[in-house]
Amino acid sequence: MLKLNLSRRFVRVWQRNLTVYRKSWKISFIPPFLEPFFYLAAFGVGLSGLVGSVRFQGSEISYVQFIAPGLIGMSIMYNAFFETTYASFVRMYYQKTFDAIMATPLSLEEVITGEIIWGATKSLIAATIMLGVISFFGLLRYPSCLLILPLALVGGIAFASIGMFFTGIVVNIEMFNLPVFLFVTPMFLFSGIFFPLENLPPWAQHAALVFPLTHLTILTRSFSVGGHESSLLWSVVYLVFFSLVFFLLALRQMNRRLIK
Amino acid sequence: MTETYSNHRFPCVVEAENLTKRFNHFTAVNGISFKILPGECFGILGPNGAGKTTTIRMVYGFSPMTDGTLKVFGLDIRRDWRRIKAAIGVCQQENSLDPDLTVLQNLEVFARYFDIPGKVARERANELLAFFALEHRQEAQVSELSGGMMRRLVLARALINNPDLLILDEPTTGLDPQSRHQVWDRLEDLRKKGMSILLTTHYMEEASQLCDRLVIIDHGLILVEGKPEDLIAYHVGRDVIEINEPSQELRSFVQSQDLEYEDLGHRLMIYCEDRGDLYEKITRDFCREGCLMRMATLEDVFLKLTGRELRE
Repeated sequence: MLKLNLSRRFVRVWQRNLTVYRKSWKISFIPPFLEPFFYLAAFGVGLSGLVGSVRFQGSEISYVQFIAPGLIGMSIMYNAFFETTYASFVRMYYQKTFDAIMATPLSLEEVITGEIIWGATKSLIAATIMLGVISFFGLLRYPSCLLILPLALVGGIAFASIGMFFTGIVVNIEMFNLPVFLFVTPMFLFSGIFFPLENLPPWAQHAALVFPLTHLTILTRSFSVGGHESSLLWSVVYLVFFSLVFFLLALRQMNRRLIK
Repeated sequence: MTETYSNHRFPCVVEAENLTKRFNHFTAVNGISFKILPGECFGILGPNGAGKTTTIRMVYGFSPMTDGTLKVFGLDIRRDWRRIKAAIGVCQQENSLDPDLTVLQNLEVFARYFDIPGKVARERANELLAFFALEHRQEAQVSELSGGMMRRLVLARALINNPDLLILDEPTTGLDPQSRHQVWDRLEDLRKKGMSILLTTHYMEEASQLCDRLVIIDHGLILVEGKPEDLIAYHVGRDVIEINEPSQELRSFVQSQDLEYEDLGHRLMIYCEDRGDLYEKITRDFCREGCLMRMATLEDVFLKLTGRELRE
């Protein structure tokens, strides 16, 4: 059984990452700022002529309005996942940052928790920027879309945890290609960001419900377009459950990897 | 840095008894016992793979021990690891400076891990940078520093929490002679102020110069323990006569005498005390060249006890 040495000290690790982030925040701001422009231009202008409108919960909405909230969900996933995979791996393996911190009063659990919460923070920052940009196009419904911000933290913890779990098992940094190709990319394509999942055969619709991004997309879309259904609660429960399971698995895996 | 480290609040800084570490079926540390007294510089010497780093990693709470008891500042490492780690400064073997931060930020961010308030951390960081002659580089990125500067910064970082015990894992490995002497000078200063130090090294010169007491370990066991000068006197004697390419006659002569010697094939080492007469006889009768008499060193003790074959 895993014994948790976890206190508020994990905040110190989060602060360390914030200190580094603040040194280059002007550059870090650019991708989440430009990303919605690219996607909305490509899909909104380029594709929507072909697609026209989409039926969402009984009403017709434009294709741009359909994908915009999904893009926020996607960004939540990418920011957390890439932070705790590539970036954490570099800190752990190449920079020996974790080794240095573990010679101070912090425990490994606190280091890993700090990293995961930092990953979720990057998701929150990205979601905030994208929310601002997409609002500018009048594609979001206020105030319910503001619920995306706390959701970004929950979704961020889910993807940061599973990212950290992979960091605990990969042999080298190239091996992240596997979870990216086999997990992240299929989610990006089949979580209902770009087309309604109802278009898929029933078995695939069910399979897609395993993906945390499917639930994140359901929630971001409902918060920004409106139309609430009872299944939203299940999506929240699923994300929280997924986070908890992979948070504990990440701790166990990193413990096996680093405590010798 | 004006403070002195006369921490005599506990009788022993480190007290290890039957300390053991096993990795699966490999025993890296095989039940060693040692004590470090306050204000002492204690060395752990040994060839590569002897168990030095594993031992000190257990002392600073990085590796959980398999068996035995280990007390630091009188506290049990299994239970009070956080309090122990809060009062230790560690200089790890591999460079673990934060390349994403500047020199000054490395110290300030590290201070946060110890819950040191920002203002105190800034003052202390400035003092330490001055002490290690780095104050002119405080805005530099770590990657811009030379090897010697990086090592001094690691040392400065290890002192940010004003530790009661400084742990150094091969503090001068890979440094040029100038940088090495500078590190030694700083460590000597800290020692004079009463800082308790635990260090591993395979530089015998470093150990003789810095350590009050040391152990030589090999295959996870302590071979000897004592003061450097006592170990030399006891295991080797005072002088060494070294003969290169000894002739057969010389070999027979040495064998016929009641001498302590080691025959390495191409070289013969005679361990002795006050034997100027012997040296004279050897140079006169057997070899005019390739023979010298010198003071015995810790390296002689080390090689005699741990053997001369290559490790790893």
